[in-house]
Amino acid sequence: MYEFSYHRPASVAEAAELIANAADGKLVAGGQTLLPTMKHRLASPSDVIDLGGIAEMSGIVVNGNIVTVGAMTTHAEVAASSEIREAIPALAALAGNIGDPAVRNRGTLGGSIANNDPAADYPAAVIALGATVRTNRREIAGEDFFTAMFETALEEDEIIVAVDFPRPDAASYMKFENPASRYAIVGVFVARTAAGPRAAVTGATACAHRAWRLEEALQADFSASALDDFEAPVDKMNADIHAGAEYRAHLVKVMAQRAVAACA
Amino acid sequence: MQENGIGASVRRKEDQRFLLGKGRYTDDINVAGQTYAVFVRSPHAHAVIEGIDARAAAAAPGVVAVLTGEDLAADGIGPLICGVVVTSDDGEPHRAPAHPALAQGKVNYVGDHVAVVIAETLAQARDAAELVEVNYRPLPAVASTADAASDGRQQIHQEAPNNICFNWPFGDKAANDEAFDSAHKVSSIELVNNRMVTNPMEPRAALGEYNSGTEEITLHMTTQNPHVHRLVLAAFNQLAPEHKLRVVGPDVGGGFGAKIFVYAEELVVGWACRKVNRPVKWTADRTEAFMSDAHGRDHVTKAEMALDENSKFLAMRVHTTANLGAYLSTFATMVPSYLYAFLFAGQYATPLIYSEVKAVFTNTAPVDASRGAGRPEATYLLERLVDVCAADMELDPAEIRRRNFIPKDAFPYQTPVVQCYDSGDYEAALDKAMELADYSGFEARAAEAKNRGKLRGIGFSSYVEACGIAPSAAVGQLGGGVGLWESAQVRFNPTGNVQVFTGTHSHGQGHETTFAQLVCDQLGVPFENIEVIHGDTAKTQFGMGTYGSRSLAVGGVAIAKACDKLIAKGKKIAAHAMEAAEGDIEFTDGNYTVAGTDKAMNIAEVAFNAYVPHSYPEGVEPGFDENAFFDPMNFSFPAGTHICEVEVDPATGEVEIVDYTAVDDFGKLVNPMIVEGQVHGGIVHGIGQALLEGCHYDENGQLVTASYMDYAMPRADNAPDFRIDYAPTDPPHNPLGVKGCGEAGAIGAPPAVINAIANAIGAKHVEMPATPETVWRACQSAV
Repeated sequence: MYEFSYHRPASVAEAAELIANAADGKLVAGGQTLLPTMKHRLASPSDVIDLGGIAEMSGIVVNGNIVTVGAMTTHAEVAASSEIREAIPALAALAGNIGDPAVRNRGTLGGSIANNDPAADYPAAVIALGATVRTNRREIAGEDFFTAMFETALEEDEIIVAVDFPRPDAASYMKFENPASRYAIVGVFVARTAAGPRAAVTGATACAHRAWRLEEALQADFSASALDDFEAPVDKMNADIHAGAEYRAHLVKVMAQRAVAACA
Repeated sequence: MQENGIGASVRRKEDQRFLLGKGRYTDDINVAGQTYAVFVRSPHAHAVIEGIDARAAAAAPGVVAVLTGEDLAADGIGPLICGVVVTSDDGEPHRAPAHPALAQGKVNYVGDHVAVVIAETLAQARDAAELVEVNYRPLPAVASTADAASDGRQQIHQEAPNNICFNWPFGDKAANDEAFDSAHKVSSIELVNNRMVTNPMEPRAALGEYNSGTEEITLHMTTQNPHVHRLVLAAFNQLAPEHKLRVVGPDVGGGFGAKIFVYAEELVVGWACRKVNRPVKWTADRTEAFMSDAHGRDHVTKAEMALDENSKFLAMRVHTTANLGAYLSTFATMVPSYLYAFLFAGQYATPLIYSEVKAVFTNTAPVDASRGAGRPEATYLLERLVDVCAADMELDPAEIRRRNFIPKDAFPYQTPVVQCYDSGDYEAALDKAMELADYSGFEARAAEAKNRGKLRGIGFSSYVEACGIAPSAAVGQLGGGVGLWESAQVRFNPTGNVQVFTGTHSHGQGHETTFAQLVCDQLGVPFENIEVIHGDTAKTQFGMGTYGSRSLAVGGVAIAKACDKLIAKGKKIAAHAMEAAEGDIEFTDGNYTVAGTDKAMNIAEVAFNAYVPHSYPEGVEPGFDENAFFDPMNFSFPAGTHICEVEVDPATGEVEIVDYTAVDDFGKLVNPMIVEGQVHGGIVHGIGQALLEGCHYDENGQLVTASYMDYAMPRADNAPDFRIDYAPTDPPHNPLGVKGCGEAGAIGAPPAVINAIANAIGAKHVEMPATPETVWRACQSAV
């Protein structure tokens, strides 16, 4: 790790000022990606601005049909939240299966989606549930947030404050885990909502995305068998030593069918 | 009989310090004036070094020294050696290119050590290491085992044409060919034994201290064999004379073979501490461990079996290409030769066996022994081949094994591949395993699984290993540079408690408990009054260390022999004290008694008399302290049958091990709880190889699996509850009746798992690691 200046602001406004004034600043939420990267000397920020002391960024609030999760809320808190378990059990289950207990007690929703690892779990939920990402500047629709591998719609120095998740009629996330890292080789999140079926896929391609073709196939018949003829495009799939493109494409279908079945 | 003696599941006494966080590992030790070493490593798989500019690094804050191969050569240190000679088919010894501890003009794998930076703090050493400018001229790399020796491949070492280390034919080829030509059926299989990273939990580390007053180097390090390290570092690497070098293996967090070897880093730390006249510490980070620990396995093999019409094995032949990596590690040549081909008989009475092993160099990390070392590779190909034979002959896999087993009345049994098995009852283990696994109920379970959409399969593995390494004469005949006896010293203190000094080394095996049980049993001394001391060349007599499941079978016997000497000496002292003839003295449960009387004297009193010899037998030396060396007459041959049951999800290729039965013959068990732990760990290691672990270099020789994000280690949820039992036989050569248990699971498990998967999906073969994608693809083509 290289030397850096450490800051721990108490408010979003203060954090925004610090990041704006830093030469090459980095916001750190749970640090589950940034800190290992810095330890491996692959990142050398001049300033690290720790968001852990900002009370307004943390916590879970249910207001009618909207579940608001603060950006600094840990995976463990989401997994254990009785409100979320009641309103969107699939979201609590997703959070409860990220990484290991150490990761879940440090890692945060905001950190996960800001990093946008192509194999992360949360992006699939944010997209499929039609969530809204609230920042210190604006609101961004979940499906517009994830733009490319490790890239998001966030502008320079923009800070995620919370995510609003509308409560679906039913939802489920199915993840096929990398045997080594247990990240998603393929993760499919499906939701049955008043406005119709919604689906998102993570792990399979360069960036989590809304799965329009899955949604179309489920439009008339929200059932696993409705996907019997579904084929994910092989040429869009990631390929590595753990899973080739053809296998990933196949898994998209299998995970989608299982997720739909679990919504029943 | 002692309550805590042989056969008792005594809780491990070492666990108190481990569970309290009081273990003392090399990296826990800090000394005044300590500096930190960081190695500059090659990012290229193969390159010429055109120059090294260390000026900026040397001038960086806190830097004490930057040392390169030039400095090393100037001081006459190294190179690293390989201690076992294998004769190639041209009659010449194996090709042994120089293995410098710091590169001499060329690097041959990613992670190869180029320079070392020594600084006041670790952070300063890391900063400065980035400033060492190495001018590399990259060369094409050779990364693939199968075609490393093919025509036109890049040459790695001048001394090894076609990248061949040795070609080693073994057996009677003509007789073997004839048997194949006239066979009723020939079954064959081609398979890969996947390369593994050994991955002990504690990474390698070393702390070197030089005392200019005594001119002695003390090297604390992660070692499985401190005296062997001292011997090689002194005699072959010119680090220091043996009497001026102390090697200490304090608590060591697992070895599994990876800490047997003499590596560059530990040698460089020992050398550098004298050169800079400051203590130097180096601890590998996990990435360095992946890159620079010796790896295991990595064979490409074709194996064939000739059968008669009754499915009896007539002859077997094996062609293997074994990857030894970029340089020869300390025992590299022995693993794919003597530890491999000599196990090809397995449990079967196959009369003819012929094999050819081609050992090759590649631009990858050195490959050497890893838990099982050669025996897992042999067992895997044999037990896979036997299943292919069963399928070809339309026989039950249990039945074909049974028909070909060496019968229990045939022991001692001379195999056609050197080894003479001393004892075994293979059918007993098979029967017991089949009963425990409820083999007869398998079809019903498979039918039930099918209703749930799962393919259920069952697989056997009947293995033999050669442990208790090893009779020194046999080692010498085979070209080994050492004797593999073991030593012990058993010392009574005047107050009656006992210190046991063993030449073996415990790095997780529980010797401090098991050996105390041996002494407790034999001498009748309370268990808690016995301390086992190991791992420090300044404390213990020369010993050969721990590997090859040898510690109890060889080291334990040395302890027992030292105890015998104490008992015998004590008879003279007790006879004198009790005014009886020595011939009338009996020793039982810690007490010397005079036959036919009620006179008795505890061994602790005898020890006291020996140290305070006011009234003492004439001609007997004072003191109660004996040593013994034991050189085994034969290997020991643990064996057993493992049965694995899996369920495959055909939609994803995921494999779940739903049941696992192991019935092993380890001879007598000293601490059944510790043995069970070894069996559990070994099986999980084997499951790791079968399902998860694969060390992968890309075509340019870059290590793709350099972290746990990509290298899948087995976890608790990859294994079921195990059914474990034993079918012991008595090894006539071993005075304690023990055989060794540390590697059995890692040897027995991989073929059991793969046989079960092949059975489940109806495929002839599935390569390891049987990842979901591999199995899914096999399912697609099996349909």
